Amino acid sequence: MQINSEKPIETIQYKSEVKNLSFYYGGFNALKNIDMVLHDKRITALIGPSGCGKSTFLRCFNRMHDLYPGNRYEGEIILHPDDVNILASNVDPIEVRMRISMVFQKPNPFPKSIYENVAYGLRVRGIKQRAVLDEKVEAALRNSALWDEVKDRLHHLAFNLSGGQQQRLCIARALATDPEILLFDEPTSALDPIATASIEELITDLKNKVTILIVTHNMQQAARVSDYTAYMYLGELIEFNVTDTIFIKPKNKQTEDYITGRFG
Amino acid sequence: MKSVNNLEEIRKIIGLHKKWDLIFMITGIIALMIAVLTFMALFAHMLIDGMPRLSWEFFTSFPSRRPESAGILSAWVGTTLVMLVTAFAAVPLGIGSGVYLEEYAPKNLLTEIIEINVTNLAGVPSIIYGLLALGLFVYQLGFGQSILAAGLALALLILPVVIVATREAIRSIPVSIREGAYALGATKWQTVSDHLLPYSSAGILTGIIIGLARAIGETAPIITIGALTFIAFLPPSPVKSEFPYVSFEWLTAPFTVMPIQMFNWVSRPEEAFQLNAAAAGLVLVVMTLAMNGLAIYLRYRMRKNIKW
Repeated sequence: MQINSEKPIETIQYKSEVKNLSFYYGGFNALKNIDMVLHDKRITALIGPSGCGKSTFLRCFNRMHDLYPGNRYEGEIILHPDDVNILASNVDPIEVRMRISMVFQKPNPFPKSIYENVAYGLRVRGIKQRAVLDEKVEAALRNSALWDEVKDRLHHLAFNLSGGQQQRLCIARALATDPEILLFDEPTSALDPIATASIEELITDLKNKVTILIVTHNMQQAARVSDYTAYMYLGELIEFNVTDTIFIKPKNKQTEDYITGRFG
Repeated sequence: MKSVNNLEEIRKIIGLHKKWDLIFMITGIIALMIAVLTFMALFAHMLIDGMPRLSWEFFTSFPSRRPESAGILSAWVGTTLVMLVTAFAAVPLGIGSGVYLEEYAPKNLLTEIIEINVTNLAGVPSIIYGLLALGLFVYQLGFGQSILAAGLALALLILPVVIVATREAIRSIPVSIREGAYALGATKWQTVSDHLLPYSSAGILTGIIIGLARAIGETAPIITIGALTFIAFLPPSPVKSEFPYVSFEWLTAPFTVMPIQMFNWVSRPEEAFQLNAAAAGLVLVVMTLAMNGLAIYLRYRMRKNIKW
């Protein structure tokens, strides 16, 4: 809010601002005073060694932690343009999840048909008219580059698709509801190199449509797809900058060590 | 030279270890045979005794003083109706409790105590349920010595089985599926009704059938609430020819069930009644096996589309 009133022009390009965010699993302090921004319609990558809190951070954005007891947020994640703090206790996590979609580490299609998988988010929102569903399902499948492969078998089980297709189906499912931010939690870690390449291409294509935050274990992937990169270590945000700067001229020694493969 | 020595030593050790494989395998087969053969012997004995008595008349006759004209009509009708009441009571209560405990209940001391108790309830002797039903259903609520009271008593008995099966089935759904539903903005109830219940239905159904298969053979609680051992009439029909076409009079009717009919025959001195008991036992075992078979089949059918 403060920043908003001070620099009104700059905030317009921010989709979200993270302010002094800390997160606790019971007594364990998993995220420490993180300040960051998500640029509108840009891809931001979160990198760092295992256990650094990047997935935990990602899952704050759709209040996934609310599903489990004993978790606690401190600080704010402001979502623009309406400047709502999505971590506030009076904000319903379901409302947050309707605005911010997520794609998981392993493809997790429901044991339903391809069509029903994509339509589920719409059904949750109470959309029942067949024509509307058909149209949105097709659009989502086209946007996730899956339409041509599945248009003849929309009512087949999603499990019959290959791993890469299943993950693109999950992306279609997340896209169908026109989210403001799309979260990716290591979306290619369970896929082979060819499927990975197609997912990366897809993520790059989606940039113009939606703001993306992606957690990746793979630094090359961050370098390939993202516009901005954040390096995290032990629950702290060490460095956040334009991806090229992070990879070519990191300001922080720790970041440099990680990027150059000296550890992690 | 040294390596050859080593090799011989290794072979000796492997040979020694493999001897234990053999010893264990033989012990295992013997143990298995004791269990299987005992059951086979019992079943064969029952088959030999009871098979000749099995006929259409046996199923369509009431019990009688004369063993050769006695049948199990009132018993199997009673068992079927009691099972119907049991299923109608235990299924919604059991699934509801299971879903609540697994998905909705906050994790605190109270729910912890409830959870431990539910698991323990499965081990409570069935006669205790009989006593509870006698006090609560028969006298307190005035259901009398009826099908309703018996069905509810058995429902209490299998409730823990259904609850535990429901919880296990829901718990076996991967976290990623549950999170996938929540991440799309589903409420708890949407997640439960659109995903968790449909995907766990095979497991829940198996639990229900296993529970009913246990209930069908229960004698103690039914005797406790006072089922008749000799009954020569059927409960009023649930279907009526005039409006409103269905009747629930049968719920309050006196009744008998298969195990009680068997018990009654076994306790008679005449040899011929023992054969009747064997025949009734055969029917009961086949009913139980058929239910278990159905459970296995449904499990296979419903899980065919689910891979995790």
